[in-house]
Amino acid sequence: MSDTIARPADTVRTLPRVPPPMAMLAELTHRCPLACPYCSNPIALTQAKEELSTEEWTGVFAQAADLGVLHLHLSGGEPAARRDLVELTQAASSLGLYTNLITSGVGLTEARMNSLADAGLDHIQLSIQGVSPESADRIGGYKGGYERKMAVAGWAADAAIPLTLNAVCHRQNMGEIDEMIELAIRLKARRIEVATVQFHGWAERNKQVLMPTREQVERATRAVAEAREKYQGILVIDYVPADYYSKYPKACMGGWGRVGLNVTPSGRVLPCHAAETIPSLSFENVREKSLSSIWYEGDAFNAYRGEDWMPELCRSCERKKVDFGGCRCQAMALAGDASATDPVCIRSPLRDRLTLEVEQLSAPSVVAMNYRGRA
Amino acid sequence: MTADAPVISGSSVVKLARGVRLHEDPVRGQTVLLAPERAIAVDDIAVAIVQALDGERNLDRIAADFAEQFDAPVDEIAEDVRTFVQELSVRRMLEIVQ
Repeated sequence: MSDTIARPADTVRTLPRVPPPMAMLAELTHRCPLACPYCSNPIALTQAKEELSTEEWTGVFAQAADLGVLHLHLSGGEPAARRDLVELTQAASSLGLYTNLITSGVGLTEARMNSLADAGLDHIQLSIQGVSPESADRIGGYKGGYERKMAVAGWAADAAIPLTLNAVCHRQNMGEIDEMIELAIRLKARRIEVATVQFHGWAERNKQVLMPTREQVERATRAVAEAREKYQGILVIDYVPADYYSKYPKACMGGWGRVGLNVTPSGRVLPCHAAETIPSLSFENVREKSLSSIWYEGDAFNAYRGEDWMPELCRSCERKKVDFGGCRCQAMALAGDASATDPVCIRSPLRDRLTLEVEQLSAPSVVAMNYRGRA
Repeated sequence: MTADAPVISGSSVVKLARGVRLHEDPVRGQTVLLAPERAIAVDDIAVAIVQALDGERNLDRIAADFAEQFDAPVDEIAEDVRTFVQELSVRRMLEIVQ
């Protein structure tokens, strides 16, 4: 079961020693009753018949534990759409993995929540799209979703499973940040993630509807700072600010192939969920190769590790150890070159053009949303 | 206005919150404290403190027991324990029993 494949020699390239991965995101399925217009799943969704079986997933979890993965995120799509969710949780938990269920809540029942608790589920992350049924269900594209989420939060509390609320923020709901934080308190969440939408995949298609304004972003940043002080020791607030309005890019994924990996429903292993938007990369599959060899030796994982791939602008910059050159998928989307400096960086020659574009995109518009899987 | 953040004192009785646990990491050869989206490498002293948070003894009692066990000054130990426990509390990793 455990891999004995040696780590690649450091002499092959001037790579620093590759650390083992800390976290794995298992996209158990792309099926989901919701249709959020910023879904991180790719435009081409995987069909149910292509999904890894229970045994295949369990095998991947065992390889992940052997490889050094500590946190396993059970995600989707909607992971509750998998009938074997409890069984998979049980298997992961028995391997010592820290199991985190990332869910919309739709598809969970009180009985299933209790089974997950018994299976050893460590933590649950529940998405919210808004703070009222009207706003949340409009964005999620699913009537009744909000009410179900409120029930799910209650069941999680009753089953003593710690709860984080996941709030993806964008122009349509950014004014509700204070209320989202209040909702987290009311639902007895220990943590809330306020993450500004990342413009890949479906969100990229909906830029004109989702791009927040500079004023919104500044207000949100202030609201988070105030709430952190107010709720210290009661609610942990993790905040992903809008990088389009920042001076420097985000340290995307904590560095390419450095901290975590994603496994898609059909077993492809990606350095991040948007990596398939980079056409020059090809991805290996757990059905054909071990997770260990894919992590340490796979071309896609080595493509942007270390500094060799960097343009001179990044290689000569002291921030390369802070942000690792930013987001490769964003460089692909905005500069047409995945090896370019992330255009968000103020040192990028494309930054001025991006600023103009963002200003136009954030202006009020009457464009309709492209719902995931329905557009 | 500040909400009621838990205050940690020598009389506090705490234990790790559900969803927070110690884990032996054989790959990296270290002990880590796992919590939602967090993995904190902990040294032997931190492990000893975490294991002592049994939800029964208060922090003064735990410090006194350590002082006896390690033949060390109780005031110093009590301060170390309180500081560490306060840090865990801010990170929402504890259940305050009392």
